[in-house]
Amino acid sequence: MSEESHGHDESYYIKTWLLLVVLLIISVLGPELEIKIVTFVTAFGIAVVKAALVANRFMHLNIERKYITSLLITGIAAMLIFFFGVAPDVMRHSGTNWEHVSAQEWVEHGMAVGEASGGHHGEATHGDDGHGDEAGHGDEAEHGHDAEHGEGEAEATH
Amino acid sequence: MTSQTESSVETHAGDHHHEEGFVKKYLWSTDHKMIAKQYLFTGMAMAVIGGWMAYVFRMQLAFPGEAVPGYGLVSSAEYNSMVTNHGTIMIFWVAMPVLIAAFGNYLIPLMIGCDDMVFPRINRLSYQVFLLSAIVLIFSLFVQGGGFGGAWTSYPPLSSESQFNLQPLAPSLWVIAVALEFVAFLLGGINFIVTLMNSRAPGMKMYDIPMVIWMIVLASIIFMASVGPLIAGAIMLVFDQLLGTSFFDPGNGGDPVLWQHLFWFFGHPEVYVVLLPALGIVAEIMPVFSRKKLFAYKTVLYTAIATGIISFFVWAHHQFISGIDPRMANVFTVTTLIISVPIAEMMFVFIATLWGGSIKLTVPMLWALSFVAEFMLGGVTGIYLGASGADIYFHDTYFVLAHFHYTFFPIAIIGTFAAVTYWYPKIFGRMMNATLGKIHFWGTIVAFNFIFIPLFMLGAAGQHRRIYSYELFPELAELQDLRVFATKAMIVMLAFQSVFIFNFFKSMFWGEKAPMNPWRSSTLEWTVPSPPPHGNFAVLPTVYRGPYEYSHPDREEDFWPQDEAPITNG
Amino acid sequence: MSRPIATTRSATGIPTGRLALWWIVFSEIVIFGGLLGSYIMHRIGHPEWAYDAIHTNTMAGAVNTFVLLTSSLMAVLAHQAAERGDGKRAAKFLYWTVLGAVAFLVIKGFEWHHEIVDLGYVLTTSGFWSFYYIAAGLHGVHVIGGAIIMLFVAHDAKKGKELQRVEYIGIYWHFVDLVWIFLFPLLYIAK
Repeated sequence: MSEESHGHDESYYIKTWLLLVVLLIISVLGPELEIKIVTFVTAFGIAVVKAALVANRFMHLNIERKYITSLLITGIAAMLIFFFGVAPDVMRHSGTNWEHVSAQEWVEHGMAVGEASGGHHGEATHGDDGHGDEAGHGDEAEHGHDAEHGEGEAEATH
Repeated sequence: MTSQTESSVETHAGDHHHEEGFVKKYLWSTDHKMIAKQYLFTGMAMAVIGGWMAYVFRMQLAFPGEAVPGYGLVSSAEYNSMVTNHGTIMIFWVAMPVLIAAFGNYLIPLMIGCDDMVFPRINRLSYQVFLLSAIVLIFSLFVQGGGFGGAWTSYPPLSSESQFNLQPLAPSLWVIAVALEFVAFLLGGINFIVTLMNSRAPGMKMYDIPMVIWMIVLASIIFMASVGPLIAGAIMLVFDQLLGTSFFDPGNGGDPVLWQHLFWFFGHPEVYVVLLPALGIVAEIMPVFSRKKLFAYKTVLYTAIATGIISFFVWAHHQFISGIDPRMANVFTVTTLIISVPIAEMMFVFIATLWGGSIKLTVPMLWALSFVAEFMLGGVTGIYLGASGADIYFHDTYFVLAHFHYTFFPIAIIGTFAAVTYWYPKIFGRMMNATLGKIHFWGTIVAFNFIFIPLFMLGAAGQHRRIYSYELFPELAELQDLRVFATKAMIVMLAFQSVFIFNFFKSMFWGEKAPMNPWRSSTLEWTVPSPPPHGNFAVLPTVYRGPYEYSHPDREEDFWPQDEAPITNG
Repeated sequence: MSRPIATTRSATGIPTGRLALWWIVFSEIVIFGGLLGSYIMHRIGHPEWAYDAIHTNTMAGAVNTFVLLTSSLMAVLAHQAAERGDGKRAAKFLYWTVLGAVAFLVIKGFEWHHEIVDLGYVLTTSGFWSFYYIAAGLHGVHVIGGAIIMLFVAHDAKKGKELQRVEYIGIYWHFVDLVWIFLFPLLYIAK
């Protein structure tokens, strides 16, 4: 039994739950409007708000020692460091003096197939067929490890 | 003083009612001291295996194509498997279990003045998961196709596709073994962190905590914060290996560089995870054998924390020539050079601790001093590698290898010997033979330098890593003498380990019985019998001062135990 | 075995069990953070994944979000009962929470059955689907594990024993809910 008595009666938690459900409904309906910024705010912005409600009110972070919240935020900060340190290489497919050719081709191919078949994508055509041959040189060239070998066949980018 | 009544309220019945059977006492124990010993012995056994692998592959390098005595001919695949598993074993199954799990488990409750870890059953579980991980790893060495040979960094597509690595089973077993080890250390880490935060003796404030305990707990936190993405990556890699996904397969829309980042985001903080406990061990030993308090305790503590934080910002210095964006390489060069500052500062703190002290060159002190000297050499060579321009040349050469052995060897090997020779009397209740200890020390240290200095030279000459025979590189042929020399030095070093093994086991049964406090140290573990009984303290202590009150002017004795009540007048 | 004195001490003022749970949550943040961060990078870098993502069942995802939010409510009501020393009531609410976990898994079972067997979207269909199954799958593993532990805690609580653990398993459960709160928009809404 924790020594701090929260002094909340059940209605506090039930009201929080109702608020969460309302937010959920908004986040499902928002994308129906098909306006990108609305979708973004309702989907992710609301997710953050719901998370804060669950963390503060259900997990009682709001009355917990402050350094516990700092600890959890540090975890999130570590993930942000990870994301922003890695995204320049993984999220983008080109940069200063490099091109990730196989990824670029994959995106092109995927977009073409997707648009052509009107959105029905992801069937057995993916993953096992001849796309491997196309990107054959992409495997080791630009994004590969051996800088020396890569140079010879790499497409000079700048 | 009220503190007297507090400690008597918490009196623990040191004489326990239950007699523990063999199984409960040795195999199914929840006592932190027994679990610590289990980790210690397992780690030492794995060190023998890892060391054996080094012997075999270095013999192959020195005498290519000749049968290695005790092993036979070494194929290129076997060579790759040996270097892979040597590295993997030494980091995950020697350094971490000995420095963190064994000494953390043993020392934390004793040095903070309580009777066990807060979660003894989770503690036992952590060792069991760890043991399982070791068994899986060893098993992977004997499956069809041999042990995993894709380097401890396990880069895909080599590690993810059996069409490239030619091994049906070992790569996945290897990943699973490492993942189990991670789980074991996450479980153990929770125990260490929560025990330190909550279970300290009354009166032990933040700055009264012995430095080695801080370091082990900080290491556990850093480990916990950095291993997450790699656990995710390990799941992705196993799925690529076994279920045909393409997370890391560029031919199918994946990205191998993502693995590199997932790995090194953990891999770099990991080196500080093993370094900090070793620094902590040195920080415990130096004050005792200089009879002088640790210089600038708070600075050491905050420097360690700063190092831990900065370590999250340097990881891509392992990937300078992997094709990362050059602008990121600039950022990582700067941060890497910055991180050398706090560590250098710790070295200065150690020197300042020694300055003007009354130095006693016991065996633990010899190891602690050699740690500082050897680690500094390792550290400064890291500067060359951190500068991305220089790294373009040095990457993947023996220069890198010599650098990290000059850092890892002090951490894992010197740190272990320092800790074992220092705490052996407490753990086993006997004194180790000091003469044998000194012979072992000098033989190991001198030989160590003769192994790795030639490797710096080979690296600077352009010799690449992970090549099983340099006969394939005629332009490097004239350097074969250096390879042979390094190998012979390694054989000498390995031979000297027999002195330690002999000393370790002989002293356990026939050594001089150890008094409670043979080193006249001030920390709490030396206030209980050697070895301590179940429950540790007959009366749980209260703490009145910091851990390093040596040669205090107000006292005749040159040490001042933390739990000795101050003399009150009247 | 009897609890060591170490477990009962609290130099921080936070009970040991609760402190441990916060560290567990921290370690899980970085595991899921690494996985989801990797997913987000790929999702943004591969716009063609939108053609796969369109096929996720938003209604199933939304219902499951509702189920988990409600089970979180049950968990916190269990905590409240435990606070008052009412072990039987706490156990009752914990059983409702576990029921929520079961409902979640059943709905997901139907959802995946349809996606895998009827529509043919398997783990290896594309990068999107690989991440989808692994992320939701890892989350599901945590749901199962949490539900099992919750049953043990409820069993003890019913007898009035170890009531403090009701709060602790609750914290874990809310975290599982939190991960889903982010998985839902990432996998089901970002189309």
